[in-house]
Amino acid sequence: MSNYRIQGATGEWEVVIGLEVHAQVTSNSKLFSGAATAFGAEPNSQVSLVDAAMPGMLPVPNRECIRQAVRTGMAVGAKINKWSRFDRKNYFYADLPQGYQISQLYHPLVGEGSLEVILDEKDPEGSTKTIGIERIHVEQDAGKLMHDQHPTMSYVDLNRSGVALMEIVSRPDMRSPAEAGAYLAKLRQIVRYVGSCDGNMDQGSMRADVNVSVRRPGEPFGTRTETKNVNSVRFVMAVVESEARRQVDLIEDGGTVVQETRLYDPDKNVTRSMRSKEDAHDYRYFPDPDLLPLELDDAFLDECRASLPELPDAKRHRYETALGLSAYNANALTADVEVARQFEALLGSVAKASGKSEADASKRVANWLLSEAPGVLNAAGVGADHAKNTVEANTAIIVATESGLISGSKAKEIFAEYLTGDIDLAAAIEANKQTSDTGAIEAAVDGVLAANADKVAEYKGGKEALFGFFVGQTMKAMQGKGNPQLVNQVLKEKLG
Amino acid sequence: MTELTELGVAAIRDGVAKGDFTAVEVAEAFNANVAAAQDALNAFIVATPDAAIDAAKAVDVKRAKGEALGKMGGVPIGMKDLFATKGVQTTAASHILEGFKPEYESTVSQKLWDAGAGMLGKLNLDQFAMGSSNETSYFGNVISPWKRNDGGNAPLAPGGSSGGSSAAVSARLCPAATGTDTGGSIRQPAAFTGISGIKPTYGRCSRWGIVAFASSLDQAGPMARDVRDCAVMLEAMAGFDPKDATSLNLPVPEWEANLSGDLKGRRVGIPREYRMDGTDADVLASWDRGIEWLKDAGAEVVDVSLPHTKYALPAYYIIAPAEASSNLARYDGVRYGLRDLPDGANLQDMYAATRAAGFGAEVKRRIMIGTYVLSAGFYDAYYTQAQKVRTLISQDFRNAFTQVDVILAPTTPTAAFGLGDMVSDPLAMYLNDVFAVPASLAGLPAMSVPAGLNREGLPLGLQIVGKPFDEQGVLNAGLAIEARAQFTAKPEKWW
Repeated sequence: MSNYRIQGATGEWEVVIGLEVHAQVTSNSKLFSGAATAFGAEPNSQVSLVDAAMPGMLPVPNRECIRQAVRTGMAVGAKINKWSRFDRKNYFYADLPQGYQISQLYHPLVGEGSLEVILDEKDPEGSTKTIGIERIHVEQDAGKLMHDQHPTMSYVDLNRSGVALMEIVSRPDMRSPAEAGAYLAKLRQIVRYVGSCDGNMDQGSMRADVNVSVRRPGEPFGTRTETKNVNSVRFVMAVVESEARRQVDLIEDGGTVVQETRLYDPDKNVTRSMRSKEDAHDYRYFPDPDLLPLELDDAFLDECRASLPELPDAKRHRYETALGLSAYNANALTADVEVARQFEALLGSVAKASGKSEADASKRVANWLLSEAPGVLNAAGVGADHAKNTVEANTAIIVATESGLISGSKAKEIFAEYLTGDIDLAAAIEANKQTSDTGAIEAAVDGVLAANADKVAEYKGGKEALFGFFVGQTMKAMQGKGNPQLVNQVLKEKLG
Repeated sequence: MTELTELGVAAIRDGVAKGDFTAVEVAEAFNANVAAAQDALNAFIVATPDAAIDAAKAVDVKRAKGEALGKMGGVPIGMKDLFATKGVQTTAASHILEGFKPEYESTVSQKLWDAGAGMLGKLNLDQFAMGSSNETSYFGNVISPWKRNDGGNAPLAPGGSSGGSSAAVSARLCPAATGTDTGGSIRQPAAFTGISGIKPTYGRCSRWGIVAFASSLDQAGPMARDVRDCAVMLEAMAGFDPKDATSLNLPVPEWEANLSGDLKGRRVGIPREYRMDGTDADVLASWDRGIEWLKDAGAEVVDVSLPHTKYALPAYYIIAPAEASSNLARYDGVRYGLRDLPDGANLQDMYAATRAAGFGAEVKRRIMIGTYVLSAGFYDAYYTQAQKVRTLISQDFRNAFTQVDVILAPTTPTAAFGLGDMVSDPLAMYLNDVFAVPASLAGLPAMSVPAGLNREGLPLGLQIVGKPFDEQGVLNAGLAIEARAQFTAKPEKWW
């Protein structure tokens, strides 16, 4: 995987990637003001005097934002700095009311950490790679300019102004588009587990600045460019690919890569120059004199640590070892915190209802959740969050099939009908209870064999594939209520 | 009624409480003085006589009902126009904020209103509190009520930046006024006009709602006619404010109740580095008198050294402009205040035009200095170095305070200078704060009290600097000087 190479006219090139990910901290209020942070509110309806930088207004750090950043740091095994400080990054722009962003340059809240990415999703047990995280700091987001409200003027929406962001800076450790994509996906997975960011990339809650350079394998780093505000895993991979290609072509044509900021155009799948280093701002960073250094005590750090949930890698490992799930299923069930939550709730409920251990019930529940239920939901045209798709309903269906009360196919039928129609689930299961009455099954089988004497002859002549036909016919004769195992057994006896 | 305006804070508070006169009578008397002096002294940017009367009426009603009147009950005051006052124009004496009426009230002014004070008006100041003479105000300079005794009529500086406050208190336009002190802006104007003023420990008074100049230095404090009045008013102004992250989370002491001019067992430090060349002979003489007065009050006088004093002013003129250059970036014409949008202007053009028109020359000078010292390649040589000096200055004081309880020094190197005398020489102007700036850098409580008149008949002040949180020690030493200086001089009314 790390053998990803770009084939140039003059030979092979290696790409070097680092990501700076901005993740909006999940919190009811902004980093330094009490204003709310809900997405999609009316413009300028979530703006305090502090966010609008009225004269004499002062920032006061929001403890919850700091807590979430610390918990995120802990989740990537990073060093938490008990002493950190806020700095002002000074520049003028209409979406930046203070004329500076409060950030952390010199003394970030979180120091070095790392995370491990699986290089092939289909083979979670296969090779992994550790990507270094250099630092995580907290900072204010800016507001938003709106250019489509007036023919000659731009409007400013300050709802986002002052919202807390974590900037998570990786080491330049990635060597392929897939690695960059896997890193971002993993980071998103972790912050969603921790609950420090909702990870909604389409709403801008998480976005990446992608640093890309190319070099001959084994040579020192080349000059990098930074493509700003890339807002999906797919786009990050596309940016790496197209930007690396552009750089290789440029160098091979005798040009040089200039250090600059670029923007990604997803429609054309190219990056465009935004500004070069020469006209880069001098941000005049200095410690914010309105704020004291941030000092964290042990009790605070202990609480942060104690409040961390089981993280995805640990969970995946536990699913494999303690629950006996396949690596593939364990990975699929832990990929998103919501799926894992759903799985664990359903597993607990099924185990309890069927009197089995979780380990014994796990495979059935995993299969139902990963392959059977999605099919039913899909066919029924409803999402997993459908109001009737409850733990109780799923449990009833799984337990009814497990105990042989109804067949698997009948179960899906009933579940679909239940989701979209107006039926009583328990009554439907009861009404479709399959029969294990051997006499009834034998009678049905006899009827089928008698009515299809020609097929019986063919079967006996060696066309064994017809066995399924007989099963189908028998089930049909019994309105789907025959116990499939017994049907098989009786058919085998009578045909044998 | 004129004698009412001769009364200070405590006397008015007590008189109103006793029923010797009503709060409305007091407010009317001061309102009249404010109106009569406005053309000559230009101490106020906006007078608010109705606000003063309304607050006074409320106090009188409370008294009639037998309710408590508050620490400042019935006392009308002047409010430096750096404090945001809800619905009342707040300008920082700048064009860029001309017409700006906040929808909020600063913590300190709200505390004063809650304590029963009323507002006579918004006092003039140096623009964004940057200046030592009040000449940088967009609304014209304040004229000191004092004149030299040379028979000439040269208009004098009331000091700065709280020059409207100092002029108004000394001319009896108000019994007390708020000031703010970043590098001497309470103490120097107090000294120039023969009144008292204290800058408390950094963090005692909330900065919330005060237009920021240099955040790590700005501190509000009272300016009044005597030490007791300062103690009373500071009690009303101080206190923890969760809206200011640098606010001190400490209870407010009962400074007035604990006032005592008896300094037996106290040790007073005399910093040898403050005997600088160029210090006026009358100033040095008043310092010597001050030393004798404190001995007379029972204190032991000790020679101390503050070796890094000479670096204080240069460090201050790096740190304060650096912070100011960033603090003032918000005045950009986008959301409030002045907007200058020339035809066809883009965003950058609007910034440039607005800020060029909205800021005065001194403000621009400091923004440029501050921008320069923070810029890439110069940051370490200037800003980082200045912060190291600041640490050393604090260390100097810490060392001295292992030997002494308070430090006595002149407030300023000279008495008030004439308006226009220093406009062309900013360095000479900056030097005026040479004795005031070290305590600001160290965040220490410091006060100026009147110590007498110089040969020209102009007031001189003595400065007391105390340990962190020891406003009481500073006030008590001030009280001991006040009792012995017997300073009764006041400007002869010429307006």
